[in-house]
Amino acid sequence: MSKLGTLGARLHRGEIGYDFVGKRKIWYGISILITITAILGLTVRGLNMGIEFQGGAVFTTGKTSVSVAQAETYAQDSSGHDAVVQKLGNGGLRIQVAGIDTDKSDKIKDDLAKDLNVNPESINADLVGPSWGDQIANKAWEGLAIFMVLVVIYLAIAFEWRMAVAALVALIHDITITVGIYALVGFEVTPGTVIGLLTILGYSLYDTVVVFDSLKEQTKDITKQTRYTYSEIADRSINGTLVRSINTTVVALLPVAGLLFIGGGVLGAGMLNDISLSLFVGLAAGAYSSIFIATPLVADLKEREPQMKALRKRVLAKRAQAAAKGEPLESEVSDVMLDDEPEDDGPMVVGPRNQPASRNRGRGRPSGKRR
Amino acid sequence: MAAPKKGRSASAQSRPGRSLAFILIAIAALTGGMFLSGHPTPRLGIDLAGGTSITLTAKNEPGQPNAINKTNMNTAVDIMNRRVNGLGVSEAEVQTQGSDNIIVNIPKGTNSKEARDQVGTTAKLYFRPVLATEVSGSAASASPSPSASSSSSSKATDKATEKATSSSSASPTSSATSQGRAVTDALKADSTPSASSSASSSASPSASSSASPSASSSASASAAATKLQAQYTALDCTDKAQRAKAGEGAKATDPTVACGKNSSGQWQKYVLGPAEVKGTDIKSAAAVFDTQSAAGWKVTMEFTSGGSKKFANITGKLAQNQSPQNQFAIVLDGDVVSDPFVNQALTGGNAEISGSFDQTEAQSLANMLKYGSLPLDFKESSVTTVTAALGGEQLHAGLIAGAIGLGLVVIYLVVYYRGLSIIAIPSLLVSGALTYVIMALLGPTIGFALNLPAVCGAIVAIGITADSFIVFFERIRDEIREGRSLRPAVERAWPRARRTILVSDFVSFLAAAVLFIVTVGKVQGFAFTLGLTTVLDVVVVFFFTKPLMTLLARRKFYASGNKWSGLDPKALGAKPPLRRTRRPSAPVDPKEA
Repeated sequence: MSKLGTLGARLHRGEIGYDFVGKRKIWYGISILITITAILGLTVRGLNMGIEFQGGAVFTTGKTSVSVAQAETYAQDSSGHDAVVQKLGNGGLRIQVAGIDTDKSDKIKDDLAKDLNVNPESINADLVGPSWGDQIANKAWEGLAIFMVLVVIYLAIAFEWRMAVAALVALIHDITITVGIYALVGFEVTPGTVIGLLTILGYSLYDTVVVFDSLKEQTKDITKQTRYTYSEIADRSINGTLVRSINTTVVALLPVAGLLFIGGGVLGAGMLNDISLSLFVGLAAGAYSSIFIATPLVADLKEREPQMKALRKRVLAKRAQAAAKGEPLESEVSDVMLDDEPEDDGPMVVGPRNQPASRNRGRGRPSGKRR
Repeated sequence: MAAPKKGRSASAQSRPGRSLAFILIAIAALTGGMFLSGHPTPRLGIDLAGGTSITLTAKNEPGQPNAINKTNMNTAVDIMNRRVNGLGVSEAEVQTQGSDNIIVNIPKGTNSKEARDQVGTTAKLYFRPVLATEVSGSAASASPSPSASSSSSSKATDKATEKATSSSSASPTSSATSQGRAVTDALKADSTPSASSSASSSASPSASSSASPSASSSASASAAATKLQAQYTALDCTDKAQRAKAGEGAKATDPTVACGKNSSGQWQKYVLGPAEVKGTDIKSAAAVFDTQSAAGWKVTMEFTSGGSKKFANITGKLAQNQSPQNQFAIVLDGDVVSDPFVNQALTGGNAEISGSFDQTEAQSLANMLKYGSLPLDFKESSVTTVTAALGGEQLHAGLIAGAIGLGLVVIYLVVYYRGLSIIAIPSLLVSGALTYVIMALLGPTIGFALNLPAVCGAIVAIGITADSFIVFFERIRDEIREGRSLRPAVERAWPRARRTILVSDFVSFLAAAVLFIVTVGKVQGFAFTLGLTTVLDVVVVFFFTKPLMTLLARRKFYASGNKWSGLDPKALGAKPPLRRTRRPSAPVDPKEA
């Protein structure tokens, strides 16, 4: 812990820290590149839509000694359509037959049971009409759209519209990346994938909101000080919540990884696997976007405000002045920012950094100089 | 979102024991309730328990763009529900999903196929006059016995008739032509024994062709009649494909051909006139055991006021005709399920069908009559059958994966947070226990069923729950780094952590709620679990994690910042509390960009 602990401490004090906002253009570039790749992959390769979207059937059998190739022949013979057969972890088979409708299911099921020499009772059949998957997907998109509108309204009220916009961009970014990876790698898209994708929404925003919350708190009285520009404070709040972000992502990914590798490993392909795969990809993308995209974007938008422009001018002027005097202002500045909590603060007071910096500086230090 | 529940948190802060006691009592009470309710485990969805799940999607019919609405969907669910459960399939459940889907879940059992047939295929019920009929296929074993029919259709009255009915229906098999079932007035039980129906079986196709134009007066356009006759001649009801296609595309207002099975199990084909009475005109129907005459089972019907008029009309017309044109057919989705004879106009709004029913047949027919007419057309859009074995295996794998994931989280928390994991791990456990108990309780109360996506949702929720105290712990550590001692650090960290937790949980909950309302199918179960665990996360953090933290902050082990407490100020790199020294700090580069 100690190493990680001190890392947290040093991040907290701003001793170390990555200049997320300053280097944002690099990350924007990387994200744009990934997004373009994703869109290209989507248009060129397209998504490998599962049987649920084409109409067809998935039969899952119990343990059988029939080989995959053999089973494929059987399934094609009895259904008259192409079949895809996969071996499952438990010795059973997963047989996908595209293009059959729900009426033919029983016959094919019985045929398969005969061919594979298993009890028909032990075959699970999942039959879907061609429109069912689309319906699930359409409803999901509908839900996504409604959710986005609501969440933007909420964020605009709870925070401000710039943050809402940034969160939305980050969200779209995550979805694009996840969908793009599915297109590029060729993973199968099933209703399970859709479920996973929808969860990412909540998660991606959850992560973003935590960073924004800290940002909002730290920038509350930003115009009353002249030490930091908005971007710098944004950077600090990202760094300050970095440990949390890492921990949260690790803790969220562990169970998902458990589902993906262990649950999926035992059963082979299936809904568990579909959900956890898209979650895994999406969670990683969500953690990335809340740090590298959402917050820098807020800073970018904020810096366009006249108030923030004025602040930046003041801060820079002050620094120039200090530099001219040859004072080591920089170190003192960060010190004050961290030391500014008056000891007499009641425990319930929110936001120790709400105090105007100038007031603190004066306290017990007439000249503002320390040495 | 800013600082809600201030009062509660203040009390939690001053009386942490109370909050802890509250949540423990709540868990105990819920658990007690769970055992009392007799459902100590969550109800498993079809995909885990095994069974058949059918998704039916309402089809838009041309000319009725607004047919798919809430009222009609609810009526359809009601009808299907009673029909499925009326067939004796236990605990089958029927629910709407989204705006135009109905999900029928049939737990594993022998009746699932029958139920699927009933639910999936049944759509519309009509009463159509019979224009002609004969046994279809080669085996015309049904020997006509017109004498029986003529004798029995002679108007006997009251009890005498009932006796006649009983005698005629007592030996229907002998005549092998027991197809006809008498429709009688509820009070005046005139009966026409079934035998007569097979008299009709001798009717030749030519008879039918001549019959059809006369009965359906408007449809006398000869082309249509010829076509109908051709259809009728070609129709072979013993062929399944032909049977399915027989009445395809027939409008209710046009004559059509149809197949039906008579009670000796033979296929019979019919030419039928336009529908006169719709299934919706039937108010109720019931299978009744005729105790008075020991005639066996019969089906009684009651019509709506509009239906009574129409029914009186059609029976009045039919009663004047000769066999087979004094019959009407009850047509369900193009299949003739019954073709009773009519002896007189039935005006009372009540009618009964008697014949050689056994209890199941009578109940099945009553169900069809009562619930036979759905307000909408449905199409099977997905059918899933899952054997209990495989479903259980999935659950098993999911639980193992969840347990391993949880184990990894615990290890991570112990390694990273050391002593604080004493708070973190019980928080996870309390959250898990609450989730389980509430899921179990929601089974019998709102019909919640744990399906595979829901299991996934619960596993994913481990991350959300863990995040809440990670936020809290990190805030406390930040405060300690500022040089506070533990107790003030906890109290200062809480309001800020609380706000963050509420804001972010609200976003999660919003996502879950929108998904739950908007989406269909598997997504819904997942969204429900996610929403439930998000709410529970807030409860657990407020009533368990925070009070426990407050209590433990009083312990020396934590307060002194023991090396293993996870709150060691030195390890956290805190400044010494009182002496303010300058620490080296990294320059924060001013941004030019």
